[in-house]
Amino acid sequence: MGLVWDGTLQAFRLLLAGDPEVWRITLLSLQISGGATLLSLVVGVPCGTALALARFPGRGFIISLVNTGMGLPPVVVGLFVTILLWRNGAFGALELLYTPAAMVLAQFVIAMPIVTGLTLAAIQQVPETFRLQMFGLGASRIQMIAVLLREARLPMLAAVMAGFGGVISEVGASMMVGGNIRGSTRVLTTATVLETGKGNFDVAIALSLILLLITFLVNWALTSIQQHRRV
Amino acid sequence: MLIRLLMVAILALAGPGLALAQSNVVILSTTTSTQDSGLLDVIVPLFEKKSGLTVKTISVGTGQALALAARGEADVTLAHAPSVEKKYVDEGKMRNRRLVMYNDFVLIGPADDPAKIKGLPAADALKRIAESQARFVSRGDKSGTHVLEQALWKQAGVEPKAPWYIESGQGMGATLAIANDRLAYTLADRGTWLAFQKRISLPILVERDRPLLNVYSVMEVNPANGPRVNAVGGKAFADFMLLPETQAVIKTFGVDKYGQPLFVPVAGKREEDL
Repeated sequence: MGLVWDGTLQAFRLLLAGDPEVWRITLLSLQISGGATLLSLVVGVPCGTALALARFPGRGFIISLVNTGMGLPPVVVGLFVTILLWRNGAFGALELLYTPAAMVLAQFVIAMPIVTGLTLAAIQQVPETFRLQMFGLGASRIQMIAVLLREARLPMLAAVMAGFGGVISEVGASMMVGGNIRGSTRVLTTATVLETGKGNFDVAIALSLILLLITFLVNWALTSIQQHRRV
Repeated sequence: MLIRLLMVAILALAGPGLALAQSNVVILSTTTSTQDSGLLDVIVPLFEKKSGLTVKTISVGTGQALALAARGEADVTLAHAPSVEKKYVDEGKMRNRRLVMYNDFVLIGPADDPAKIKGLPAADALKRIAESQARFVSRGDKSGTHVLEQALWKQAGVEPKAPWYIESGQGMGATLAIANDRLAYTLADRGTWLAFQKRISLPILVERDRPLLNVYSVMEVNPANGPRVNAVGGKAFADFMLLPETQAVIKTFGVDKYGQPLFVPVAGKREEDL
């Protein structure tokens, strides 16, 4: 237990002393996972909405794919993104491997199905009679979707939290596509693995606590938006 | 409008990665021990300052480091598995293999030494471990350490088997932790063993035997291995490792933290000279 206490003290020391490396790693984690979450909202919300409202052959199959994707193992995503981005790979010419952009891409692949699936569920829980009523009142399709998204905004914030929580905490894909390069692609999770490997368990614990803390702060901010709007 | 804003935000967030042109980037594939010991944290910034190039260090097991290089996914490799390295050089995948430094492996185990290996030559010690079926934890990951361990088993004429032979499939640090927890023998590089002094209680039982020499070499990647290999940058890093001033840094590295250096620089020497 002494070790955990040492780690906790170390976490405060690193944060309060403004250790530039720790701040950079923390900021990069937020940027990469924040960017990936935003990107997955841009793609996932329209996809989820379309899947909830449209009726077409193969819809059930696609929804099953999305639901499977919600549990996509990050190492599997990491492996395939790495192979695609290799110099020898299909997108090697982009020279993206071992850059933060590659990490955003991998995390986007992880978060996008989560956001899509939860958006789908959020829209579907708005009663169908509500939609029919709006058409009855002369709403256009676009107006209807806008109102639906507004109605579903609370569960959709849950989608944001789930997506962000999924990517900020994953290590497998970030390690593989980012390479854990100091000052460039080292994030909180990969730095924790490295410090554990070095035997610096107190620093590893400190980094874990910082990760927990920022995940909590982000979720707290989102939850207060969610719960504030409710009343 | 909202979507536009989002796009701008995404570009702003991901931008730094996209903006970095890779022509002045050198990808170094290397073993975990050079990174975990902290040596590269000292050497790489010196090289970057001197050359103006950016180094991306991909620290994996030696097996993977060489496999990546052979596919042209790296520009230069720093590894410690001479037998495997020579194979890659013979195949033309790697070029200009030069010795950089060495340290040594040690056999560690429980202080009461149930297999009675203390002071024996390494191969004899492994034979004793097998005979007494004392627990032994192996890296099992094709790392340089694992390659050497396999060579030693072969030399001992033993095929190690479960249940007394445990394959961790993890790095040196995690393997040491498992050996410590299970009171088992294991083969470790001296640097990592020193770094874990505070956390493990397994003493050194066998050391300073010729086969336990741990030689690090630098190799350049043949540009024919794949598109976009930065041969010039790779050679620049390899040359830098052998400069007198870099070798001087290697010579004293670790003294402040462990009271003894972790590596012995050997630029310009051949294996027979060691």
